[in-house]
Amino acid sequence: MTTASWQAQVYAALKRARIRQIGYVPDAGHAHLIDAAQADPDMRAVVLTTEEEGIALAAGAWLGGERAALLMQSSGVGNCINMLSLPVNCRMPFLALVTMRGEWAEFNPWQVPMGAATPAVLAATGVHVRRADSPHDVAEIVAASAALAFESTVPVAVLFSQRLIGAKVFEK
Amino acid sequence: MRNDGTLDRRAVAAALLRDPGDLLVVTGLGAPSYDAAAAGDRALNFYLWGAMGGAAMVGLGLALAQPMRRVLVLTGDGEMLMGMGSLATIAAAGARNLSIAVLDNARFGETGSQHSHTGLTTDLAAVAGACGWPSVEVARDMDEVEAFRLRLRQEMLFAVIRISPTELPRHLPPRDGAYLKDRFRRSLGIADTNLQL
Repeated sequence: MTTASWQAQVYAALKRARIRQIGYVPDAGHAHLIDAAQADPDMRAVVLTTEEEGIALAAGAWLGGERAALLMQSSGVGNCINMLSLPVNCRMPFLALVTMRGEWAEFNPWQVPMGAATPAVLAATGVHVRRADSPHDVAEIVAASAALAFESTVPVAVLFSQRLIGAKVFEK
Repeated sequence: MRNDGTLDRRAVAAALLRDPGDLLVVTGLGAPSYDAAAAGDRALNFYLWGAMGGAAMVGLGLALAQPMRRVLVLTGDGEMLMGMGSLATIAAAGARNLSIAVLDNARFGETGSQHSHTGLTTDLAAVAGACGWPSVEVARDMDEVEAFRLRLRQEMLFAVIRISPTELPRHLPPRDGAYLKDRFRRSLGIADTNLQL
């Protein structure tokens, strides 16, 4: 399965979950999702300057009766820690799709510390963590995670493994 | 640049929030939450007690979700400085039904009144303008504040209001976030998720 095709399935899962706002800090692993959101007249795609903005955006969306999701890379998880007190404290849903760096054939050592810490940091701040390793079930995991987030009203992050999205290749 | 603010923050908040109608109000942590509560607690006020730097973005998510209503974010200079990038995000999103009023005392009032950047070198109004906000204003007297009351409900306005650094007795709103969220949503007629099934 190509990257574009499983990402199209993930976008369809977000649409079925009635997501209306997508905040994002760009990542190559989310490129298709971002393009799809921007092209969709029924979706608001909001480019962020830093990841924690997306948590506050999602909280505001929920206050106003809409569902939001955050697309980000594992390097931004540390930026989110204090802002996660918002959905946790206010018992709001939250859904993040996190592309992983620093774990599978990583070229850039600066990505390794935050990538390694990502699952523990999310769990420590009260986020339920799920992981997608295969293109065959990633859309199903996103759909189940959206159901958990929005029906049980808890914060959930789905980690897209670096093996799934493909290690970034640096050409000399 | 020194703080030149003389306005009473409670009088400013009372003026901005007078006759709120169905205005959706989000307040930044610390004194702006107390100021809004002192002006009159209401279900359509959502007070942040933490999540510093997040008030403006809560306002954006709310404004996008409720495009037919007006959203006002009332916050302080320290909270706005921590979320300064959100001024760029909101301008880029072009949320015409959202305004921000910054009660600027050039201090971190909750922590011992240390000087903030707005009393040193930073001009928040200029920052917002440079980020692409269509309307940016600074008020130093109550006539200007009165003029902001309607403009904040009609335009996409970023307003800085120079207030006195005098500390006032705290007027504490409810601080249970789940309660504040639930009463806000119910007031908007949004059913609980579990009841929609």
